[in-house]
Amino acid sequence: MTNKTVLHAKHIEAGAKMVDFYGWDMPINYGSQIEEHHAVRTDAGMFDVSHMTIVDVKGADAEAFLRKLVINDVAKLDVAGKALYTGMCNLEGGVIDDLIVYFFTKTDYRLVVNSATREKDLAWIAEQSADFDVTVTERPEFAMIAVQGPQAKAKVATLLNAEQTAAVDGMKPFFSAQAGDLFIATTGYTGENGYEIALPAEQAADLWQQLLDAGVKPCGLGARDTLRLEAGMNLYGLDMDESVSPLAANMAWTISWEPEDRNFNGREVLAAQRAAGDQPKLVGLVLEEKGVLRSGLKVVTADGEGVITSGTFSPTLGHSIAMARVPRSVKVGDTVEVEMRKKLVKVQVIRPSFVRNGKKVF
Amino acid sequence: MSNIPSELKYATSHEWVRSEGNGVVTIGITEHAQDLLGDMVFVELPDVGDTVSTGDDVAVAESVKAASDIYAPVTGEVVEVNEDLEDSPELVNSDAFGDGWLFKLKIEDEGELENLLDAEGYENSIDED
Repeated sequence: MTNKTVLHAKHIEAGAKMVDFYGWDMPINYGSQIEEHHAVRTDAGMFDVSHMTIVDVKGADAEAFLRKLVINDVAKLDVAGKALYTGMCNLEGGVIDDLIVYFFTKTDYRLVVNSATREKDLAWIAEQSADFDVTVTERPEFAMIAVQGPQAKAKVATLLNAEQTAAVDGMKPFFSAQAGDLFIATTGYTGENGYEIALPAEQAADLWQQLLDAGVKPCGLGARDTLRLEAGMNLYGLDMDESVSPLAANMAWTISWEPEDRNFNGREVLAAQRAAGDQPKLVGLVLEEKGVLRSGLKVVTADGEGVITSGTFSPTLGHSIAMARVPRSVKVGDTVEVEMRKKLVKVQVIRPSFVRNGKKVF
Repeated sequence: MSNIPSELKYATSHEWVRSEGNGVVTIGITEHAQDLLGDMVFVELPDVGDTVSTGDDVAVAESVKAASDIYAPVTGEVVEVNEDLEDSPELVNSDAFGDGWLFKLKIEDEGELENLLDAEGYENSIDED
């Protein structure tokens, strides 16, 4: 049984090429994923992300529960609407999923987790919450549209009423606001400014059409992947999974080690890994000659072998980029080799971030 | 259903062949093939003067999604390559049977063209995919 989002008919209407994405029939592109990519870097594009899973966590113990569940510390959140990117680890320190936590009050939070991991995430959250006074509620009645690009906010602004305009006025990155029926967040997966908007499913097709009429280009999963990779953002299942430590997935910055007595899931294992300094690390690779680095290719370095976790052609840069997990002693600035089509090709090691706000950042 | 011009010959590996007279053929990949591959980002072509045999992997079409070998549908010598693809690989997407051609061969044995599929045969072959 294939799931369809409430925007499915709008995708077909726009000529989308549909693919199965972990049980969801989703648009991969509407013609050219490269044109969609450029639309987001230079103007405004939108993505149907209604397949993603929204989970509300409420109750007297909501803060205490989330301080155990995720590796970042939600106690750092003190302004209503603030968002936090982090990971949810198992007791062995492997990443069950990455997610965004939205803070409203210490008894009211919203999580947005991946769709591909929905079932195991919900099972884990249910199991972990057993001893806490919280209610965990999935919100499948919401659709979600990500509007991204330098003109995204301006184009959305033309559709907002006075109350909604006031709610998003001056909103900083990684914040959210409930504006009437719209839950509007300044988050995204592209490295551009914009919004992710959750709204009642029955209103989604109208908003999608209004955005189309405002000149926002529909973009599929193909462009979403090249955009997130240029932005150096991880994709769960490729760049990390349950067998991978956040320390080996460029997610150390999402761990709060202080205070020392916060006993989050996986802490013991992660602290030992950190002390040992023996985890591999996730770096960026740049190939300026022809060819495209692909997930699974072997990386050969003076310090041992690594592997490409995600690779693609970067439409913004005009050459290939990748993320790779390599021995920790490999340094930014090193030249390493990738085995491609039976030959070794030299690539540069950089920090895993390639393009932000339309510009090359390395 | 994608466009399959009736005047061309086809290989099951999705190359098309157009006879230009004097034993010269133009070779490209079909609209169906470019649609499967998605946006093209690099096309690696053989060198003019190379001799290629039927079934040799002679070129690579690399899209955002995958790198795909292109096989010589007939035996011959490479007499011209489409240099526009160096800067505009997207021509393979936008005009697979026209400006997106890949290379031209001086065919060794014109009888070999008889071994290729006609449009109907190719259409049947992709229906079986």
